[in-house]
Amino acid sequence: MDPILTSTVCIGGVGLVSAVALAVADKFLSVPEDPRIGQITACLPGANCGGCGFAGCSDYARAILFQGLGVNLCSPGGADCAKAIAAVMGCEAGDVEKQVAVVLCGGDETEAIRRSNYNGIADCAAAHATAGGDKACTYGCLGYGSCARICPVNAIRMERGLARVDKEACITCGKCVKACPRKLIKLVPAKAQIHVLCRNKDKGPWVKQICGVGCLGCRICTKLAGDAITMEGFLAVVDYTQAPTNEALIDTCPGHCIRKNA
Amino acid sequence: MKTVHSKFVFKGGVHPDYHKELSAGSAIETMPAVFHLTVPLSMHLGAPAKPVVKHGDTVKKNQLIAEASGFISAPVHAPIGGKVAAITDTVAASGRPCAAILIEAHDHEEVEFLPPIADWHFADQQVLLNRVAEAGIVGMGGAGFPTCVKLAPPPEKQVDTLILNGAECEPYLTSDHRMMVEHAEELCIGALIARRILGVKKVCVAIEDNKPDAIEALQKAFAGLDDDVEISILRTSYPHGSEKHQIFATTGREVPRGGLPMDVGCVVENISTIYAIYDAVVNHQPLTHRVVSVTGDAITRPANLRVPFGTAYADLIAVCGGVKGKAAKVVSGGPMMGFTVSSLSVPVTKTTSGIVLLSEDRVSGYTSQACISCGRCVEVCPMRILPSELSQCIEADDIEGAEQACLMDCLECGSCAYVCPAHRPLVHHVRRAKAIVAAKRAEAAAKK
Repeated sequence: MDPILTSTVCIGGVGLVSAVALAVADKFLSVPEDPRIGQITACLPGANCGGCGFAGCSDYARAILFQGLGVNLCSPGGADCAKAIAAVMGCEAGDVEKQVAVVLCGGDETEAIRRSNYNGIADCAAAHATAGGDKACTYGCLGYGSCARICPVNAIRMERGLARVDKEACITCGKCVKACPRKLIKLVPAKAQIHVLCRNKDKGPWVKQICGVGCLGCRICTKLAGDAITMEGFLAVVDYTQAPTNEALIDTCPGHCIRKNA
Repeated sequence: MKTVHSKFVFKGGVHPDYHKELSAGSAIETMPAVFHLTVPLSMHLGAPAKPVVKHGDTVKKNQLIAEASGFISAPVHAPIGGKVAAITDTVAASGRPCAAILIEAHDHEEVEFLPPIADWHFADQQVLLNRVAEAGIVGMGGAGFPTCVKLAPPPEKQVDTLILNGAECEPYLTSDHRMMVEHAEELCIGALIARRILGVKKVCVAIEDNKPDAIEALQKAFAGLDDDVEISILRTSYPHGSEKHQIFATTGREVPRGGLPMDVGCVVENISTIYAIYDAVVNHQPLTHRVVSVTGDAITRPANLRVPFGTAYADLIAVCGGVKGKAAKVVSGGPMMGFTVSSLSVPVTKTTSGIVLLSEDRVSGYTSQACISCGRCVEVCPMRILPSELSQCIEADDIEGAEQACLMDCLECGSCAYVCPAHRPLVHHVRRAKAIVAAKRAEAAAKK
């Protein structure tokens, strides 16, 4: 027989037998999958940012179905996404409050002094591990941009040696919070306008020597803001569950560290 | 006693400018009285000591002020008599915050000592070991590992050799060198005590051949001893002070990857540690002082000072006549493995072997560039790893790749960064990656 014909018949025959076997297997051995996994994954934004705490969007979808997790954990998706998933699951969406990251330091290169000349790797964790960093303030933003590099949507930019978050672009994935070796970045409600941009817990006179915009621990703000600002040692800290709205705080702060819309 | 020239030479290593002549000739001086000490509670590897005094208490010189708080920990004693001014946070030389006890000196100092041990020749091994533990002795070469743990190896490990590390391979530092020249007799007794505790026969003293006066002094002091005691003269090369390389140089044994010296039957103790053992057993003196070399080209009078723990670096520099010209860098420890400090209020600890002040001429600012694959770092790496590949993995944030490239085997000796023509901060990369691995492991342990 013609060798071309032989090979065509052989290969074609093997193909046909395999196709039949696969068709039979699909019919009798198929594993039923919940169609809602696909539906929920379709509702999610597909950024796979990991902000919900799972490896990706479909992983979160499985967690909603099989672990009974809340439908409002996707920050990039926000309220719309939560509503869509709630419709699939037939439950209430619950409250979804848009949160954004904020860098709690205002000491840029004109305000905060540097105590040493750092010549190592341009990475915040590496600088922080080298004698506590080159900034005289051991709590402040080092400005080597580890948070900016890890941000999946480029929402963080470096301005005069200080990280700043673009509120509109931030998808609240929380990666920058983990990346910052100084633990300066916090996820706060997007509607909070007034922030204490300092994390320095040292006493006022020392803070004044090393930074032009540090918290002096004078407690004036706590009197004006009521319970919305509390003292942690020598540091004023905003309680974001009842974020302050009194704009008089900004002008009264003798340390100039209370700012609007950081 | 016999003297041998080591015939084993480890692969790699570098020969930096040693500059030991600056302070090698200055005899050990006692630091004039200091009035404020900031004694850190974590001067050793392991759990920080737990304070047993409180604010306002009066303490005698040598009194126990903080007790060991675990198996790997060490107690701390008051280096001077005085009042506890505060128990507060301070910054260690590495830049990390740590708790410390502030002591203000009294005019009239009261002294106490550890209970006497009649004669160490006949004392029980356990009694001597307990003395090492209660005196707060830790490895004074730099790592600060509690000596009592090292001197009591688990029974399944057959230890047969005690090595005294007198290599002092770091440039500039001369504290161990002076110790060997001036206290050879005491070191001899210390070595015999450590030998008795360990129950071994063989003792090796490893010295590099750039310290002929120390070799001579030790030969004289050890002269009457049996032939199991050996002075091993090593060819000068950095990093001979590293335990693993020293064991190879003196015995020809290689410590397996990830293993400990006791896996090949050796225990390595630093010269200053041996002196501390002598002091604790014979003079009943807890570990409260150490010899620190204050040296470098930016110090007026380089010296070797016997300093109480907790003394600020600024006080040491003042005693040495202050800074000559302008110091661009102050390094705690040697220039190869030490930490650059950012404040002179950092206190001296059990592991501070020296303070090196460098002028601007000695410190070059550099811009690091991409690896040019020249392979010099591979040639000098004493651990036979590939620093070039390792650092590129870390730069690409591939920490798992770095672990496969033997990240955890790195000694951080700095030989690779020393020879790199592209001025790559190789050790800095490694330290960063090790910190990430440590954090990951801690996280994994916490989950379990």
